[in-house]
Amino acid sequence: MGEFLTKLRKDKIGIVGLIGVLLILVIGILAPVISPHDPTHTFNEHRLESPSSKFIFGTDDLGRDIFSRIIYGARVSLTVGLISVGIGAGFGLLFGLLAGYFKGWVDNVIMRIMDVLFAFPDLLLALAVVAILGPNLTNTMIAIGIVFIPVFTRLVRSTVITVKEMDYVSNAMSVGASNLRIIAKHITPNILAPFLVQVTLALSSAILTEAALSFLGLGIQPPDPSWGSMLNTSRRFMELAPWTAIFPTIFIVVTIFSFNLLGDSLRDLLDPRVKKE
Amino acid sequence: MTEKIEVNHVGDDNSDYLLRVEGLKKYFPIKTGLFNKTTGHVKAVDDISFNIRKGETFGIVGESGSGKTTLGRTILRLLDPTEGKIIFNGKDMAELKQTELRRTRKDMQMVFQDPYSSLNPRMRVEELIEEPMIIHSDDPQDVRKKRVKKLLDTVGLSGDAARKYPHEFSGGQRQRIGIARALAINPKLIIADEPVSALDVSVQSQVLNLLSDLQEEFNLTYLFIAHDLSVVKHISDRIGVMYLGKMMELGPKDTLYEKPLHPYTEALFSAIPIPDPHLEKERIILEGDIPSPSNPPTGCVFQTRCPYAFDKCRIETPIQKEVDGERLVSCHLYEDAQ
Repeated sequence: MGEFLTKLRKDKIGIVGLIGVLLILVIGILAPVISPHDPTHTFNEHRLESPSSKFIFGTDDLGRDIFSRIIYGARVSLTVGLISVGIGAGFGLLFGLLAGYFKGWVDNVIMRIMDVLFAFPDLLLALAVVAILGPNLTNTMIAIGIVFIPVFTRLVRSTVITVKEMDYVSNAMSVGASNLRIIAKHITPNILAPFLVQVTLALSSAILTEAALSFLGLGIQPPDPSWGSMLNTSRRFMELAPWTAIFPTIFIVVTIFSFNLLGDSLRDLLDPRVKKE
Repeated sequence: MTEKIEVNHVGDDNSDYLLRVEGLKKYFPIKTGLFNKTTGHVKAVDDISFNIRKGETFGIVGESGSGKTTLGRTILRLLDPTEGKIIFNGKDMAELKQTELRRTRKDMQMVFQDPYSSLNPRMRVEELIEEPMIIHSDDPQDVRKKRVKKLLDTVGLSGDAARKYPHEFSGGQRQRIGIARALAINPKLIIADEPVSALDVSVQSQVLNLLSDLQEEFNLTYLFIAHDLSVVKHISDRIGVMYLGKMMELGPKDTLYEKPLHPYTEALFSAIPIPDPHLEKERIILEGDIPSPSNPPTGCVFQTRCPYAFDKCRIETPIQKEVDGERLVSCHLYEDAQ
C-alpha cells in the first residue's frame, strides 16, 4: 500500500484525476454548505438571467439558481454512480467467481445469461429496465446496475480462471482448504487489482448513463436536480441562455474526465507488467 | 540388504507400505472442433504401480513430459485419476468423496516446484503456515502462533519472518516457507515435486539437507520427483524411472545406479557428468525427441529411440518383470531373466 502511494505520487496525470474526483466528492458531500440557494426554489423575477454576482452560473427558465442545482446534481450523480456500480460490481463479482471457479454447467448458465444482457446496447438496456420499473432515482440506479453486471462478471470470470491455475491455489487445495476458503482467501484477494480499475472506469460510465437517461426524461424526475435533466431543459433556450447548457456540460465533462484519468492511472499502477519503467 | 524387500506384490496387505499405487492411469482428453468432441487422449500417466514403505524416500526420475508431475498431483488427487488405485494408509484415495478427501490430505502434503508461484502473494508467512492448522485442528490462536514460530525455526528461518510477505524472501527461503507449511499438520507423506529445480545449486544442497534432517526428525516418508539425477541419487532409497507415462525400471538406488537394466535407464545415467577429466566415459546418445504422449509408439514406448530394439519391441508392450528379487524392469531384453 505504501509503495502504491509513492508510485501514485509520481504519476502526475493520476494526481490530476484524483484531485478532480475528490473535488466532486467534496462538492457533493458539502452541497448544503456550498450552495447559495435552495436548488428547487424559483426566483420568479429572475428567469433565464445571465451569470451575475447573485447567481454566478445564471438562472434557468423557472428562475432556479444553476450553481446550486449543479452542486446538488453532483450529489445525485455520485449517489447514482456509487450505488449502481455497487450493484453491478457486487453481483458481477459473485457471478464471476462462481462461473470461473466451478466452471461446468454453472459457468454455462451464468455466461449465457450474461451473453443475452451483453447483446443489448448499454443505454437501450437501461432504458428498457426503467421503462418496466418506472422512472425515479432508485430505478435508475437499479437499471444502470444491471447494465454493469455482465461487464463485471466477464472480467472477474476471466481473471479467476487465470488465478485458479496458479500453484498457490493447488497448494491451498493440497492442504485441504474448502472451496469457500480458497475463493475467499486465495482467489478474491488476487483478482482485486483489475476489479478496482474496472470500478473506477465504471463509475464514470454510470454517471454518464445517468445523465443520458435524465436527458431523455427517464432518469431523475423534476424538480430534483440532475446534470442530464438540466441539459434537457436547456435545449429550448440554448441560443437565448447558453449558460443553462454550458455549466452542466462542463461539470459532466470534468467529472468523467477525472474518473477516467484516475482509472487509467490505477490500471497502470496495479498492473505488475508495467511495474518497472 | 538386511530386510527382505517385496516389490509390487499387488494385493498383499503389507502394513509396512504407507502408499500403494496400483495400475494408476491419468489420461487427458484432447477436445477439438465446435462441439468439443474428444478425439484422443494424452496418456500422461499410463498404468503405473509402485509401493512406498514408511520412512523411505522414493525417487521418481524422468525427462520433461514423462508424466512425473502429473503422477504426483494425481496421487494427491489434485487431479482425478482415470483408472487405478491409490491406497494410502489403507484408504483408496481414488474413491474418496470431497469432504473425506480434504480430511485425508492432512496426512499427505506437497512441496511445490516453483517457490515463486506456490505461495499466495497476498498472505503473510504466518498466515501461510497457520492455514493448514486452521483447517485441520481446533488449536486456539496462541498455540498455532507458537507452532508457526517453532516451524520457522525448524526450517531455519528467523521468527520475524512471520510478519513478512513471500516477495520479501529469496527462492531458497521461500522454499523453506513452503516446507514449513507442508509440515504444519504433521503429515506422514510428503510429495516433493522438483522442490529444488528452481533454486541455485548452492541453495539446492541446503534445501536437500533440510529435507533429509526433517525426515529423520519427523519420521517422514517422501515421494521425491526430480529430473536431476544426482539430486535423486543423493536423497532417495529407491528410484523409479519414468518415460512417456510408464515406469521403465524400479529398484534400490545403489544397484540401479551401478548396473542399470533398462536401456533407457542406461542412457539416462550415462548422461551424469563425472568430476574427473581423465576418465573416458562412454555416453549413450539417444536419437530424436521424446514422442508425443497423445500418440505413443506401438509396443514398447521406448522402441523408437532404443539402441537394442528388435521386432518384438515394436509389436508387444513389455510387462513389468522382477529381476534379482528387488528390481522391476519393463523390457523384452529381460524376458528370460528369471
